[in-house]
Amino acid sequence: MADFNNTNLADFSGVWVFCEQRQGKLQPTVLELISEARKLADDMGVEVCGLLLGGKGVGDSMAKELGAYGADKVLVCENDLLETYTTDAYAKVICDVVMDKKPEIMLIAATNIGRDLGPRCAARLHTGLTADCTHLDVDVEKYAAFLQEASTLPQAQIDALDRADRNLKMTRPAFGGHLMATIICPRFRPQMATVRPGVLKKGEYDEAKANAVVVEKVEAQLSDADIQTKVLEVVKEAKELVDLTGAEVVVSVGRGISKDVETGIKLAEELAGLFGGVVGGSRAAIDAGWLTADHQVGQTGKTVHPKLYVALGISGAIQHKAGMQDSECIVAVNKADSAPIFDVADYGICGDLFKVVPMMIDAIKAAQASK
Amino acid sequence: MKAIVCVKQVPDTSGKVAVNPDGTLNRASMETITNPDDLNAVEAALKLKDETGCKVVVITMGPAPAEGMLRELLARGADEAVLVSAREFGGSDTFATSQILAAAVKKVGLEDDDIVFCGRQAIDGDTAQVGSQIAEKLDIPQISYAADIKKEGNTVTVKRMLEDGYMTIQTKTPCLLTCIKELNVPRYMSLGGIMDCYSKPVTVYDYNTLKDDPLIDPTTIGLKGSPTNIFKSFTPPQKGQGKMLEGADKNTCETLAAELLKKHII
Repeated sequence: MADFNNTNLADFSGVWVFCEQRQGKLQPTVLELISEARKLADDMGVEVCGLLLGGKGVGDSMAKELGAYGADKVLVCENDLLETYTTDAYAKVICDVVMDKKPEIMLIAATNIGRDLGPRCAARLHTGLTADCTHLDVDVEKYAAFLQEASTLPQAQIDALDRADRNLKMTRPAFGGHLMATIICPRFRPQMATVRPGVLKKGEYDEAKANAVVVEKVEAQLSDADIQTKVLEVVKEAKELVDLTGAEVVVSVGRGISKDVETGIKLAEELAGLFGGVVGGSRAAIDAGWLTADHQVGQTGKTVHPKLYVALGISGAIQHKAGMQDSECIVAVNKADSAPIFDVADYGICGDLFKVVPMMIDAIKAAQASK
Repeated sequence: MKAIVCVKQVPDTSGKVAVNPDGTLNRASMETITNPDDLNAVEAALKLKDETGCKVVVITMGPAPAEGMLRELLARGADEAVLVSAREFGGSDTFATSQILAAAVKKVGLEDDDIVFCGRQAIDGDTAQVGSQIAEKLDIPQISYAADIKKEGNTVTVKRMLEDGYMTIQTKTPCLLTCIKELNVPRYMSLGGIMDCYSKPVTVYDYNTLKDDPLIDPTTIGLKGSPTNIFKSFTPPQKGQGKMLEGADKNTCETLAAELLKKHII
């Protein structure tokens, strides 16, 4: 084998999280990653380290918060050239620090920036990267318990797992969400994963840990010549993006509204409005251009767990189910009684949504008034 | 000046997908299509050709039948096509795939005023990794999630989408851009294009064509050269079957409302 500088696995230790910030604001999903990293690190008996890049002063405001959710240490690299994200500057600094300090695991949030940065770094470091993970394990007992719960694998296969295995087992939906796959990176380090925002749970804020966090400053070896792109502007869209992950009620539409898209969306909005909820859509609805991408629920969209999820005219491909099946209560309306969405629905109604939903709206209004 | 487009033929995961009892995908039951985001990449290249008269070269890695997809892209207006195909390349993960495609781009010839276009991600894997990794292997700048592209001389200006807005980014050619659906509406094949597509060249790059490139090494390509491996694949269990309500009328909706009230959701 060619001589790659990351093959001596024993040299690598610790779980790192890339702490993405934009305009000085930590991306909320980073705290989910830190909490998850804490669990993995406890299983392995190693440290959690946050890697924070940004302009001058970025470390002061964020290191404590990262500590509170489980980071033992935060490596802070402050440089004017890191104030705004560029692939070149961030990839260079991250690869330099990783090769210097050799973490065993590196987690990156699967945001538009994380998904730009992660692959570039993995390619340069000559290691594997698993995209958009929804579940992570090192401990084999925990992985076996996860498989028991979340897979249909025969028990014998689960029992046959090597209990001494210490690889990071990175699980993600595959083939449009029709299958789940666990990926490993056994020969190279760090084991890198981008993690789907909103899937892993943020832990509790711990004041004592916030005060105990160690901040270590890292010098960036960076000059203008390293950066081949120039950011002319960063624009926050004035348009309000729908907050699917934070909503208590989500009413989603799918292919079933195709015969009258406008009315279908109006009905969904009205139904959602009764609960102060929001409208989502399946991949089909987004691909058809009926709703913008920020409305998408599913493997390639957002993962939601609201109190109530209503699926209107959505057949229920695994790709969609992956994003909503953990909702507390699921109501599905679909014309086909064989639609897979009914397999995960608490209440299914087989019928024409254009007829059923107006009656549903009336019935819910009446029930609300009766309280 | 060239526009080089990397495309992938994928199973159509948006349609009916059958999973075998053993948890593998029943590929025989699925149609193959050109990956949707890749069609936006092809369209971006064809637009550049409309404006500048540049040559458009499409590249795919895959088995021999992928030639059919390449002919379709030639019929849309691409000038040349390359099919990268060899047993040694099989089983490649994103890292190994990018090694091979980068070597193929180099073989086509990457000149100072060229742009490499990719789709943001393929619908079979949804990783969005190969574009960035090709750029790294070619040592050229990348801009992902491109929703608008302007080229003036050697300067390329791109609107790059973020979840909560966008960035406007400028770079110089040669560079690699990954394209999203919002970028354009892909054109159809033209009648003339269909007539011409069999007279345009489809070149096959096999292992021997690329083997002298330092990127092509048994330890960096194919199943053995892939840093990641599939450890397990499985289907999730069905959540316990819920309750189908009787009928689809006023009574049904009132029953539902009563249940939601009982569960304190209303």
